[in-house]
Amino acid sequence: MSDLRSLYQEIILDHNKNPRNFGVLDDANRVIEGYNPLCGDRYTIYLKLEDDVIQEIKFSGVGCAISKASASVMTTVLKGKTVPEAEAWFEKFHALVTHPSGEDADGASLGKLAAFAGVSEFPARVKCATLAWHSLKGALRSSATSVSTE
Amino acid sequence: MNSTTVKKGVRDATVSRFDPGTVRSDFPALSVTVKGKPLVYLDNAATTHKPASVIEAITQFYSAENSNVHRGVHHLSELATEKFEESRRKVQRFLNATESSEIIFVRGTTEGINLAAQSYGGTVLRNGDNVVISAMEHHSNIVPWQIVCDRVGASLRVIPINRKGELLQEEFERLLDERTKIVALTHISNALGTVNPVQEMIRTAHDRKIPVLIDGAQAVAHGHVDVQELDCDFYAFSSHKMFGPTGIGVLYGKKELLESMPPYQGGGDMIKSVSFSKTMYADLPHKFEAGTPHIAGAIGLGAAIDYIGELAMEEVALHERRLVQDLTDALTDLPGVQIIGTATNKAGVVSFTIDGIHPHDIGTILNEDGIAVRTGQHCAQPVMDFFGIPATARASVALYNTTKDIQDLVAGVRHVQKVFH
Ligand SMILES: Cc1ncc(COP(=O)(O)O)c(C=O)c1O
Repeated sequence: MSDLRSLYQEIILDHNKNPRNFGVLDDANRVIEGYNPLCGDRYTIYLKLEDDVIQEIKFSGVGCAISKASASVMTTVLKGKTVPEAEAWFEKFHALVTHPSGEDADGASLGKLAAFAGVSEFPARVKCATLAWHSLKGALRSSATSVSTE
Repeated sequence: MNSTTVKKGVRDATVSRFDPGTVRSDFPALSVTVKGKPLVYLDNAATTHKPASVIEAITQFYSAENSNVHRGVHHLSELATEKFEESRRKVQRFLNATESSEIIFVRGTTEGINLAAQSYGGTVLRNGDNVVISAMEHHSNIVPWQIVCDRVGASLRVIPINRKGELLQEEFERLLDERTKIVALTHISNALGTVNPVQEMIRTAHDRKIPVLIDGAQAVAHGHVDVQELDCDFYAFSSHKMFGPTGIGVLYGKKELLESMPPYQGGGDMIKSVSFSKTMYADLPHKFEAGTPHIAGAIGLGAAIDYIGELAMEEVALHERRLVQDLTDALTDLPGVQIIGTATNKAGVVSFTIDGIHPHDIGTILNEDGIAVRTGQHCAQPVMDFFGIPATARASVALYNTTKDIQDLVAGVRHVQKVFH
C-alpha cells in the first residue's frame, strides 16, 4: 500500500481528475501528438511560442492517471518559461522518474514535479510519466507533428 | 481403484469432478509470490504457465537427446527425429487431422497465419479480389492479409460486430462474393471472449467454394478442437497458450491445399534436390519447414498435449465457464464497472473497464495485490475503437484457476476504486 501511495499521490489523483490547461489551444503555433502504442495513451500538446518563450500551453487527449497528471502538471510548470528553461525542466523530470528515488531528486527545486518521484519504483510506468514531456521536447525542437514512445 | 483410469485433477476416482485445486500443483510457476503475496494469475490469454511434465520433457531433450533432426544416421539424431515426428503425430491426433503431414510446425499463430497469407493468399489473390476477416481479429489476423492485399491490389472486407461483441451473420453472407478468395476468422476473441460459430460460418463459405482459415490461438486450451468436424481449411495455434513452450506453434492445412502452395521460406530441410538451375521441393510437411526447427519446442508441445489428454476437458471447459460467469456476475454488481464483450457464447476472457480509471492504473494497482491481468488494447485496436474506449483490463482463466482467484480479483477491483476515490 505504501508503494502505491507513493505512486498515486494526491497531487497526481487531483490532476488526473481535474486536468489543468486541458483542451485545444486555437492560436497555437506548435502542435504535436504523443502516442504510446503499447497502452494506447495519446495526447496532443499545443504551444504558443513567441520570442523563445512559452506564452501558452495546453493539452488534450486520453491516457492513464500518471500520463494525464504528468501532462497537466507539465503545463502548469512550463507556462511563461523560455525554451532553454523548458529543456532544463525536461532533463530534471527525466532524471527524477528514471533514477531510484532520492538519488538525484532535489525535492525543493522540483516543486510539484516531486510528486512523480514514486514513478521510478514502477519501471513499467516511466513511459506514461514521460510521454507528454517527450512530445513537448519534440515540439520545442522542431515542427515535427508526432512523437511515439516506441 | 484402477489407477490408469484416474484422470489428473481427479485424484479421488469416486468423485468424478475435475479439481483445479489439485492440478495447480502441476504448475511450478503458480507458487511464486508477487509483492509478498501469492500470485493470482489471470493473464492466461497472453500465455499460460507450463506443467512440470512439459518443463521436464524439454530438460530431458537437451540433457539426453539433443541433436539435429532429419540429418544424421547417428543415434542421437535418429532419436531427436523420432521424438520430433512423434510430436507431429500428437498434434495430428489432438486436432484430429487426417494425416500428420498436414501439421506444419511454425513459431506460433502469427507465423502460421503469415505462412498461409503469403503462400496461399499470395498465389490466389489477384487485383480486385478480396479477403474477408472480422472486426474482432487480433492484429496477427489482420496485418498479414493487409500486406498481401496491398501487394496484389486486393481488398480486406470486415464482418462487423454488435454491441455484445458478436459477429453479424447476415453481414457476413453479404460480404462474400465470387471475388472472395479466403475467409480468416478467430475461433475465440482474445479481447472479448466471444466464441464464434465457426462451424456454421465455414459451411456458409464452403457453399460458395471459399476456403477458411481459423485462428485458434485462444481456443486450443479451452476445449476440444476437431479440424475434420469443423472442416476448416487452415487452423493456426500457439503452443504457449496451451501449456507448452513459446517459440513453437502449428499451422494445420488440408493436404490438397498445402500441396498446391509454394514454399514460404527457402533453405535446408525443405528440398529434395538443389542445383543452381532448379530446386525440387520436399514433400509435406517439410516443404514448409525450412531450416533447423524448434525441436525442443515441438517436444514440449507434445508433452503439453499429453498433459491435456489426461484431463477431462469437458469438465475443464465447464469449470472455466463457471469462473467466467462468477466473475461477470461479481463485476456487474460493482458500481462503475462495465464488462466489454457480453456475447451469449463466451469462453476464457472477461474484459472490463472502470469509470474514471484507466486500465493501465487498474493493472498497476492489481499487481500490488499480486494479481496479474493484461491491460491495454490486446492487439485488437479496431475492437477498442468500435467500443469507443482506449483500452480494457482483461482477466483470462485457465484450467488451474479457482474461485478464490476470482474472489481475489473482485477484491482487487474494489481496492482499485478505493485508491482513486
Ligand atoms: C486470437 C489470437 N490470435 C493470434 C495471436 C498471436 O499469437 P502469437 O503471438 O503466439 O503468435 C494471439 C495471441 O495473443 C491471439 O490471442
